Amino acid sequence: MSDVCIVGAGIHPFGRTEGRDGMDQGIFAVRQALADSGIEWKDVQFAFGGSAASGNADNMVSQLGLTGIQFINVSNGCATGGSALNAAVSAIKSGEYEMGMAVGFDKHPRGAFNADPSSYGLPNWYGEAGYMLTVQFFGAKIMRYLHEHNISRETLGRVAEKAFRNGVKTDHAWRRSEVDLDTIMNAPMICDPLTKYMFCSPAEGAVALILASEKKAKELGVPMIRLKSSVMRTRPSGSFEVFAASIDNERGGTATEIASKAAFEQAGMGPEDIDIAQLQDTESGAEIMHMAENGFCKPGDQEQWLLEGRSEINGQLPINTDGGCLACGEPIGASGLRQVYENVVQLRGTAGARQVPGNPKSAYTQVYGAPGVSAVTILQR
Amino acid sequence: MSAQPIADNLFTEDMSALVGARNRETGHIFFPLPLTPNDNIEPIRLASRGTVWTYTVQRFPPKAPYIGPTDPEKFKPYVVAYVSLPGQTMVESRLTGVEPEDVKIGMEVEFTTILLDPDAPPEEQKLIHAFKPVQGE
Repeated sequence: MSDVCIVGAGIHPFGRTEGRDGMDQGIFAVRQALADSGIEWKDVQFAFGGSAASGNADNMVSQLGLTGIQFINVSNGCATGGSALNAAVSAIKSGEYEMGMAVGFDKHPRGAFNADPSSYGLPNWYGEAGYMLTVQFFGAKIMRYLHEHNISRETLGRVAEKAFRNGVKTDHAWRRSEVDLDTIMNAPMICDPLTKYMFCSPAEGAVALILASEKKAKELGVPMIRLKSSVMRTRPSGSFEVFAASIDNERGGTATEIASKAAFEQAGMGPEDIDIAQLQDTESGAEIMHMAENGFCKPGDQEQWLLEGRSEINGQLPINTDGGCLACGEPIGASGLRQVYENVVQLRGTAGARQVPGNPKSAYTQVYGAPGVSAVTILQR
Repeated sequence: MSAQPIADNLFTEDMSALVGARNRETGHIFFPLPLTPNDNIEPIRLASRGTVWTYTVQRFPPKAPYIGPTDPEKFKPYVVAYVSLPGQTMVESRLTGVEPEDVKIGMEVEFTTILLDPDAPPEEQKLIHAFKPVQGE
């Protein structure tokens, strides 16, 4: 079967843009993606898109042009972008369409996400007594992981240090200055063992990707970036998710492990074939856990990886080359697509100061979110 | 009037344990009871002793819907743990009677209740669940 290709990619810088709402950032990204692929809006046959806090994506047609296309809104929490991409790939694979778009955008207020207990099926007391905070989940989960696998807290700091170092070299990143390990480790604790610099912040931004059949991509004459897999999965039993008043004594696997395994099977590849990876790093601990959940190392080996710089841009497997969520912030609808955007740029060899050396050929993304969803892609040039 | 439980169906009547839920068909135990009654779910008394499986510390005052003290002067960081109750489930609970720096994964703890806001007027006092280190540990 022929591959689906990414023929255009556009991004609105992440961070804070006063006076431009989330959807307008989305429009910005779409126009950039169209220009990148050398097509016009009227050539786009369908779109899947979403945002968590900035309105219905299909409203974008009023600015982009009323061409009458199929435009389906996607709402899948942190996996919104990944799910939009996944659906777009299926639409082309089915043979119904030749070219379409996946888009994600968002603009969140400052500070931690506020959550309402009833929308998670939880009683009011859960929020009233002070449990309705995502940061507690991240702290408690990585606290156990560090204990179980004998990983030092300093490893968390090294993940953040690397993210900010990569962010300096990234045009679309929000945090553009280095933060040294001492500052990260000695910053105010938010939820132990995670300090202020180890968390990403809700932010703003947008990404649009134009996808086409292999035949169509060849006609366009753009660099061929093939989507070897695009997989979205939900959690198995015994996983440890946010806002859990109880979790099973008998521990199970994770949504990411399932998605990763399926993605590698679909691509006919293994972790050893990947040259570059963008892994969900909502906080430093997430990157550490996801290194192992995606099969790139054994649990417990992360400390050595970080110490030896194996996940640096010039390392054996560069991870989060654009600084990830830690440096870019997290606009929920756009975050997963940012990872794919970064891989497209890296595979084309146009990443400038943060370009991974050695002509990377295979690139991996993984986004994870509440309440236990994970989306993985593998791109190949 | 003395302090009242923060919610119904959270504690046993004698306030000596939490009320969990058991699926009659699968035997799966979880906490708390679902918001809507379900024929398949029966209430069960959860164990009052367990061990700390993991924990974190809430270092800043939460926003609404939290109703405990938020005044930066009065707010005291609190420990949130998952306490493994043998043969049942792990419940998310505050720890009390132990400083954040002294909490250890694996430590033995037992059920108790604490006031959500000790400085609240007596008629507004709410009791929430917590676990405290077992004496002599």
